[in-house]
Amino acid sequence: MSCIFTSRRQFLAGSAAFFAWAGTPKLARAEGRDPRFLTIVLRGALDGLATVAPVGDPDWISVRGDFALNPDSKMPPLKLTDFYAVHPSMPNLHRMFHAGHATIVHAVSSSYRDRSHFDGQDVLESGLVKPSSTSTGWLNRALDALASDDQVKGDSAQAFAVGPVMPMVVRGPAPVLVWAPQQVVPASEDTLMRLLRLYKQTDAELARVLEERLALAPILQSDGARPAGDPNESARASKLRAYYAEAATGAAQALAHADGPRVGALALEGWDTHASEGIITGQLNNMLGALDGALAAAETTLGPVWRETVITVVTEFGRMVKINGSSGTDHGTATVALLAGGGLKGGRIISDWPGLKEKDQYEGRDLKPTTDLRAVLKGLLSEHLRVDEDVLDEEVFPGSDDIKAMTGLV
Amino acid sequence: MANDPKSAALALHRFGLGPREGSIRRIAGDPRGALLAELQKPNVARVPSAGMMNGGATLRALRAYSVAAAEQRNAVAPKMTNSMALPRTMMMPSDSPMLRGDMAAPKRPKAPSLPRALYLKEAKLRIDKGVSADIGFVERLVWFWSNHFAVAGDKVGALAGTYEREAIRPHVLGKFSDMLFAVESHPAMLFYLDNAFSTGPNSPLGVFEDGGINENLAREIMELHTVGVRSGYTQEDVTNFAKVISGWSINPVGDTKHGGEFAFVEDRHEPGDQVIWGKTYKDTGLAQGKAVLNDLARKPQTATHLATKFVRHFVADDPPPSLVDKLAKTFMETDGNLREFTKALVMAPESWDAPRSKLKPPGEWIISSLRATGTRPEVDGIVRAQVVLGQPLWVPAAPTGFSDLSITWVEGLTQRLDLAAEYAERSADRLSPIKLVDTALGPLASDRTRQTIGFAGSRQQALTLLLLAPEFQRR
Repeated sequence: MSCIFTSRRQFLAGSAAFFAWAGTPKLARAEGRDPRFLTIVLRGALDGLATVAPVGDPDWISVRGDFALNPDSKMPPLKLTDFYAVHPSMPNLHRMFHAGHATIVHAVSSSYRDRSHFDGQDVLESGLVKPSSTSTGWLNRALDALASDDQVKGDSAQAFAVGPVMPMVVRGPAPVLVWAPQQVVPASEDTLMRLLRLYKQTDAELARVLEERLALAPILQSDGARPAGDPNESARASKLRAYYAEAATGAAQALAHADGPRVGALALEGWDTHASEGIITGQLNNMLGALDGALAAAETTLGPVWRETVITVVTEFGRMVKINGSSGTDHGTATVALLAGGGLKGGRIISDWPGLKEKDQYEGRDLKPTTDLRAVLKGLLSEHLRVDEDVLDEEVFPGSDDIKAMTGLV
Repeated sequence: MANDPKSAALALHRFGLGPREGSIRRIAGDPRGALLAELQKPNVARVPSAGMMNGGATLRALRAYSVAAAEQRNAVAPKMTNSMALPRTMMMPSDSPMLRGDMAAPKRPKAPSLPRALYLKEAKLRIDKGVSADIGFVERLVWFWSNHFAVAGDKVGALAGTYEREAIRPHVLGKFSDMLFAVESHPAMLFYLDNAFSTGPNSPLGVFEDGGINENLAREIMELHTVGVRSGYTQEDVTNFAKVISGWSINPVGDTKHGGEFAFVEDRHEPGDQVIWGKTYKDTGLAQGKAVLNDLARKPQTATHLATKFVRHFVADDPPPSLVDKLAKTFMETDGNLREFTKALVMAPESWDAPRSKLKPPGEWIISSLRATGTRPEVDGIVRAQVVLGQPLWVPAAPTGFSDLSITWVEGLTQRLDLAAEYAERSADRLSPIKLVDTALGPLASDRTRQTIGFAGSRQQALTLLLLAPEFQRR
């Protein structure tokens, strides 16, 4: 790994790594804490039902059939509670949950109710009520508020972002520095499939070349299942795992460093599983495995600092309850938010479960949101980082006066 | 052509370097006229050359670097067997961009070596020009002729960029015979195709030295640059032509004032009249070679050869014969006037009617991607990307230059996908995908393509799909 920091100056001067922050938020410091906060944005709308399945819901198996994570199947999900179980490719999240270091929030969404990714991601990351592609991010504004509150050695608070460009969530007045992993993130399987589909409809030669190159012919079987042991799939899946692990490790190293930043963000692509979702084996299975690996890598790298850390995994909206005609899911509304870290009072699922009967679904098709994501984020920012509550209402999440911060998360 | 955004979009991709924001709209009123207007702009083919070295100076600098590097390695100084202090090859050091296809961000930026620094400096001029040009039609001409008269950077180093600037750019809208002479007398070409050391057996130096005639340049001038292979010349013609151009050489690079510049070295020149293609050329020194070049430039086979390549590059892998004939005729009638030759392409309906089937070669695809998104070009990354895609800038594998056939480039499709995904990660954040489709394709975009991009899972994915869309890949 390329980012061993031995001094703050090396940090700041490091070629691929640029960093920041000189200190702990004042109030937290006063409490004898040194909290870390990492936000992971999953772009594309994570299928919450496939990540944490409501196995205890009487309608669960009937709404998703063979695509439902099923305790009685050959690939049973891992039990969290009597009602919920987590995807089998996330054993670390499962372990963290039972150790009290992870919390799941289910049937949660932002205020956004349409189904455009671009707009949904804007709302998710800006913290505003309406989409705005040029906005600053809520995390940056929270940081900015902490910094102006703080008198730390003349340095301003800075956050860092992982990835070649900083995601909106961390864009704004508080200076942010960006670290790019050495690994190049490969084009996601989802992108590949969409491109192939386009080619098949409009350019036979390019379709043939892409297909040959990727030995993808089996992927367009009607059941969407990939043949086991497809070498091309495992090559891409490995690259993905490696990228996620490196990104998370890099972030964790920065957060763990005594002189390092305390707040950061990274954005991960490719979660828009419209076709051949691959819940049991395939796309989503691989991606959740990579995400789980990332959480584990962060935990390991943070070491003793894990105790002070909260990682928040969020996405712009969820996916439809029912599977579509391409073995995937279309855009939905409510989904999950995953929280991990030793700083949590974890081992809980927070959800006002709406039920899966059609009458209980949002617009008769989606999981109904019963919790606003901003309540979760406000709760974390307020209790973990000690951002002032008025600031949260007015600056970080403007227009959210009616959303009460969730308490007791940390 | 009345208001015709579809032709405008076609023109920008097929003849130019791709639309930038507003390009389609700007030229939709008269796309053909806009292309012709670009040809008329004063100094349109030039790049700003302030602070750049000429060929001779570049060679001198490279040699000084080479010598210093050798001294550093405590190498024994190479034996100078002749007055030329020019190394036989100027292999680029191992940090050469042409040798590394590594796309990952560098661990720690080292100061680049002089050869690489010069190469990147020249590359930057070209890239900046490509990205900022209105249409980029003239830039395409520069790229075409530069590839036609290809020299390879792995042998001539940074000189390849200087060569393009000095020998190609000034002539792309001038006379072919002027370009021909500029190219064949440029130190880059003389070095690349081994003419600098070619010595007539009966020349003053030849009588005393071992080195003899080297036919490489003479052959390639006929086979590649002018009349084309098997167009009527014989082996004897090649040999005699080589004799004619013996002495077309380079000043010893050690000479601090004029080292590395073209010099007609009488002492190497094979004396006597030569018969080439049925005509006798009296020995008038340098003028003897010029006369042969002028005659080659005038041959109908040259007109056809050039017209075929030109049409193959711009219009179709399988050049429509009627279009080739038109251009060849114009070439002959105007005595190789490249402005008229280019105009003929623009005026012919076949140029516009041909279906959009040609895959953009890597360099064009990269620049058109940058233009569509309005991103500032990052030279190092672009140069690396070209290596990954198999078209390292100014480093073709052979004097034939890079292929113009789609089939050569189509196999690199997955690399394009991964590059586009990485690029999209960096640049898509503030872009509006729907707006981008309009900017980059306008009426050329199929409904399917629009839909695919509109329903993408993120801006990043949307941009990736746009750059890989068939309408953006083909022109």
